[in-house]
Amino acid sequence: MITGEQKSLEEIQTLLGEAEKVLVLGCGTCVTVCFAGGSREAQILSSSLRMASKLNGHPQEVTDFTVQRQCEWEYLDEVEKEIEDADIVLSLACGIGVQAIAEHFPKTWVVPGLNTTFLGIPVEQGVWEERCAACGDCILGLTGGICPIARCSKTMWKGPCGGSEAGHCEIDPDVPCAWQLIYDRLSSMGKEEVLLELQTPKNWQVSRDGGPRKIIREDLRLITEEE
Amino acid sequence: MSSKDNDYLVGSRLEKVLRAGHFAVTGELGPPQSADPEVIREKAALLKGYVDAVNITDNQTAIVRMSSIGAGTLVLQEGLEPVIQMTCRDRNRLAIQSDLLGAHALGMRNLLCLTGDHQIFGNHPTAKNVYDMDSLQMVQMVADMRDKGIFQSGDEFKGTPASFLIGAAAAPFADPIEFRPLRLAKKVKAGANFIQTQLVYDVKEFSKYMKKVRDLDTHKETFILAGVGPLKSPGMARYMKNNVPGILVPDEVIERMNKAGNKWAGKKAADLSSEEKKARSKAWKEEGIQICIDLIKKIKKIDGVAGVHIMAIEWEEAVKPIVEGAGLYPRPEEK
Repeated sequence: MITGEQKSLEEIQTLLGEAEKVLVLGCGTCVTVCFAGGSREAQILSSSLRMASKLNGHPQEVTDFTVQRQCEWEYLDEVEKEIEDADIVLSLACGIGVQAIAEHFPKTWVVPGLNTTFLGIPVEQGVWEERCAACGDCILGLTGGICPIARCSKTMWKGPCGGSEAGHCEIDPDVPCAWQLIYDRLSSMGKEEVLLELQTPKNWQVSRDGGPRKIIREDLRLITEEE
Repeated sequence: MSSKDNDYLVGSRLEKVLRAGHFAVTGELGPPQSADPEVIREKAALLKGYVDAVNITDNQTAIVRMSSIGAGTLVLQEGLEPVIQMTCRDRNRLAIQSDLLGAHALGMRNLLCLTGDHQIFGNHPTAKNVYDMDSLQMVQMVADMRDKGIFQSGDEFKGTPASFLIGAAAAPFADPIEFRPLRLAKKVKAGANFIQTQLVYDVKEFSKYMKKVRDLDTHKETFILAGVGPLKSPGMARYMKNNVPGILVPDEVIERMNKAGNKWAGKKAADLSSEEKKARSKAWKEEGIQICIDLIKKIKKIDGVAGVHIMAIEWEEAVKPIVEGAGLYPRPEEK
């Protein structure tokens, strides 16, 4: 899932400026699951903003609403009126939701309430870790299902480097060494030989390095290019 | 910039020529896709005496070539002053700064900061790109290195700082066109001492751009060198007009190139003997050089233009007749 973390109240207030009518728009999917931008967070943030704006002497009219997914037009259409009534929309979705609002409502000024952090997993209650870098050319089949692109600090293809110590990465004792994990898993399954193969450098063109990406599935499209 | 003030930033030949108020001429030298120093020496010999300084491209069009600083060292040895080009595509801020320390230590004093062509256009399209910074941020960083004696991190230099006359590029005709003069002003505010523009073939449009630049007083804060380059054929002119973003080629220029080849009009390349092809190419190239000369003469009259940057990559022989034909030879003596 996509994880996010709420920006500080101070930063959010700076982004909102002097706007009178603020709509805090939550998103009911990924950021709800990671407790950053769902209905509950939208309500709490709204009341914090109301209180803070009263204390500042410029009371703001803050309302909140949460849609199922800010990244799909049909859900945004449901809140068209609320969005158009607001002076500013504070989106608690990931960066995709913020941009979907900007794209769908050309006259609406929208600002982010979250920092979109990574694609990851809740490893325990209250703890999330990065797992995927969306590099466009999955190599998990070569690394025992553990991704060195997302989880090695140097995105090494053939680690571990000399900075692996007691299972952790040299950059931080709290960061597991991805290549230690890969080595442990492959050797426990008797598949160390996979680690001995040489590979040419990765194709980064299918990652962000090749420019913004797009997927077109002709079999799913309702309108074809010719039409 | 005041031309009376002799307190030079770096004292390079290019800076002295510009500050003295001479109409400056810079050229361009593309390093080879090899480790052969002779290629650089031969090209340098063609340019020496005809340009005040020569840009050494940095993996231009994202094709691996001899490094700009390596080739620049050879150029310096040949008695020609280099302008090191540095892109953000291949290096992060650590690598850029350390390479600049090396470049300064080797005697280089002019730098052109570029974001860099995307690697997808080059010969390693599957490479990861860096773009840790963009060209504007690089300009700020190298200005701080020179003027404040600090690295990008804020750490102070231990010893001699790396100092360069800082250049940046401008694309007067790229979209959104109304933003271009403002973006130029931003680069100058960031610290660009000189500007080299994308190729100009449309003097009328360039004059309009310069009017907007003058309205912002940007020309008083930096030295603007207009980019020019000789066309080799009508096909090249059409290609640039239709396929290269940010280059305007007026029909009259294409028409002049066509006319130069009139003698062979209507004939396909396959119908021409190799002598005929050579003769046609020669006629086109002569006209390309003449068009470039005419452009320079017109550009020289535009208020706020401090010089020209002649881009004749892989055709360095053209620089001599262009500079002579435009009345820009001999180049001023260095004082």
